[in-house]
Amino acid sequence: MVALSDYLTVSAILFGLGVAGIFINRKNIITLLMCIELLLLSVNTNFVAFSHFSEDMPGQVFVFFILTVAAVESAIGLAILVVLFRRLKTINVEDLDSLKG
Amino acid sequence: MSLSSHEFYLVVPEIWIAAMASLILIVDLYLTEKTRWITYFLSQITLIGAFYFTWVLWGQGPKTAFYETFILDNIGTLLKMVIFVFGFFVFMYSRKYLEEHNSNRGEYFVLCLFSILGMMVLVSARSFLTLYLGLELFALPLYALVAFVRVETLSRGLSQVLSHETGAEAAMKYFIMGAMASGMLLYGVSLLYGVTGSFGIAEISSFLTQETEVPLAVLFGLMFILVGLAFKFGAVPFHMWIPDVYQGAPTAVTLFISTLPKLAGFGMAIRILLDTFHALSPHWQELMIIMAILSMAVGNIAAIAQSNLKRMLAYSTIAHMGFLFLGLLAGPESGYAAALVYVIIYALMALGAFGIIIALSYRGFEFENIEDFKGLAKREPWIALMMMFILLSLTGIPPFAGFYAKFLVLNALIHAGYVWLAAVAVLFSVIGAYYYLRVIKVMFFDEPKETLPLQYQKVSKSGVALVAVNGFSVLLLGIFPAFIFDLAVSAFVR
Repeated sequence: MVALSDYLTVSAILFGLGVAGIFINRKNIITLLMCIELLLLSVNTNFVAFSHFSEDMPGQVFVFFILTVAAVESAIGLAILVVLFRRLKTINVEDLDSLKG
Repeated sequence: MSLSSHEFYLVVPEIWIAAMASLILIVDLYLTEKTRWITYFLSQITLIGAFYFTWVLWGQGPKTAFYETFILDNIGTLLKMVIFVFGFFVFMYSRKYLEEHNSNRGEYFVLCLFSILGMMVLVSARSFLTLYLGLELFALPLYALVAFVRVETLSRGLSQVLSHETGAEAAMKYFIMGAMASGMLLYGVSLLYGVTGSFGIAEISSFLTQETEVPLAVLFGLMFILVGLAFKFGAVPFHMWIPDVYQGAPTAVTLFISTLPKLAGFGMAIRILLDTFHALSPHWQELMIIMAILSMAVGNIAAIAQSNLKRMLAYSTIAHMGFLFLGLLAGPESGYAAALVYVIIYALMALGAFGIIIALSYRGFEFENIEDFKGLAKREPWIALMMMFILLSLTGIPPFAGFYAKFLVLNALIHAGYVWLAAVAVLFSVIGAYYYLRVIKVMFFDEPKETLPLQYQKVSKSGVALVAVNGFSVLLLGIFPAFIFDLAVSAFVR
């Protein structure tokens, strides 16, 4: 039997990986988008686990909303990425340095 | 349980904006360059209509709708009306800019309207589900707006090329930061849901008032939610995106981002801090004090080193948001009303400052470096005078509105017993005076640059009139502040 705390641990690890990925990653913007997706999925895991163990359905409804918004978010993120690549011909995070001061 | 038609009556302004924004999106497809004004005209009609529908709902005590996910109360209604007024002026300022930069397309207005719809949902949220959806709907169009492409420009000065290239980069940074912030917020909400078994604001609030000992998970949830909130305000240490976005975005978009989201963010803070976590105020107040001091320090000190006016104003925003936090933590009696006055007056000043940059910019030239303002008083005396009004107001010098806003916050802070914090705030305001006054010095006492950029145009009469209305309203609100303060107090009457 998998306990609630196991799910929460997995989701906390996923969340930590997502945040660490955003800060550590210096190579590729697509990896950043994947890390953001990871954050949202860890939240979903949390919601589903809580919802299942407390037998309360609204938590799973929230997950559907998060999934929808995550899809919208990655659509916009990728659209910006395309614009960026057309301008700079690179998707390297370190090359995003023209704004400083 | 079933929905009654009365519940739909409460969301008429939201339905109106959603319907009109969709309509404008379709109508715009059939318009040519000559008839493009119709888009602008329809957008303004939409805002005026929404203002009217919200006005009708004013004062109708707190009412919830849609299974306790939506609330209509005075604070939400007031914030919505203020958002419409500012949206109206943002569109008026932006129109000329969009035409001159060859990006006069319906998308700008439609995306702004959808973002406004998100703000309306956000300030009326009664559940973390609606709060999150409102937040995303208000943020997602903004990411797209920052990357808004200007098609081609006739002559490109240096700053033109720079801002042309940087829109997408600013949008990417804004997107990553914003998405991470909403991820943090959601993680906090999920922890709260686990402990309290609900994500309704009323349920969580009553759970927290009954509990004598606060569970650790709730405190963690509060922390994560506060991080999400601080990101939206741009408070230190979550401020990294503000300078890049303000500088990199087209000025018409910067104008929008610097005014309306602050008002919506204030609504979000009220929903979270006052409605949900009122029982835990000692816990979040400590965090807010740290963030407020850091924001004022970093904002005011970093602004001194800037040579780009948009970037300088971005750092000044960070400092002002620190001040706003002081009002929020000064407690319910006078603190929230003071913070509301502060955020409205701040939005008015930001509107004026970025509006002046827009009014001075013309085809192919962004008027955004402080150097460009040299000797402005000789060429454009009215604009320079209005800029002086706004900068003095941002500094907090009487008789301008900014002084009154700062005075209210400091007053509330001292009444709440934070005398030392008020002293720190005044100290940083004095540091801040340096960079505002420097711009005034550059405008009035420096000699103009010898070579004016090509195709120099004087500001049109309508542009001067618009800036003058903005500048004098900053002055008048400072001389007769009772009106706005009464409004803010009545918003918090339950």
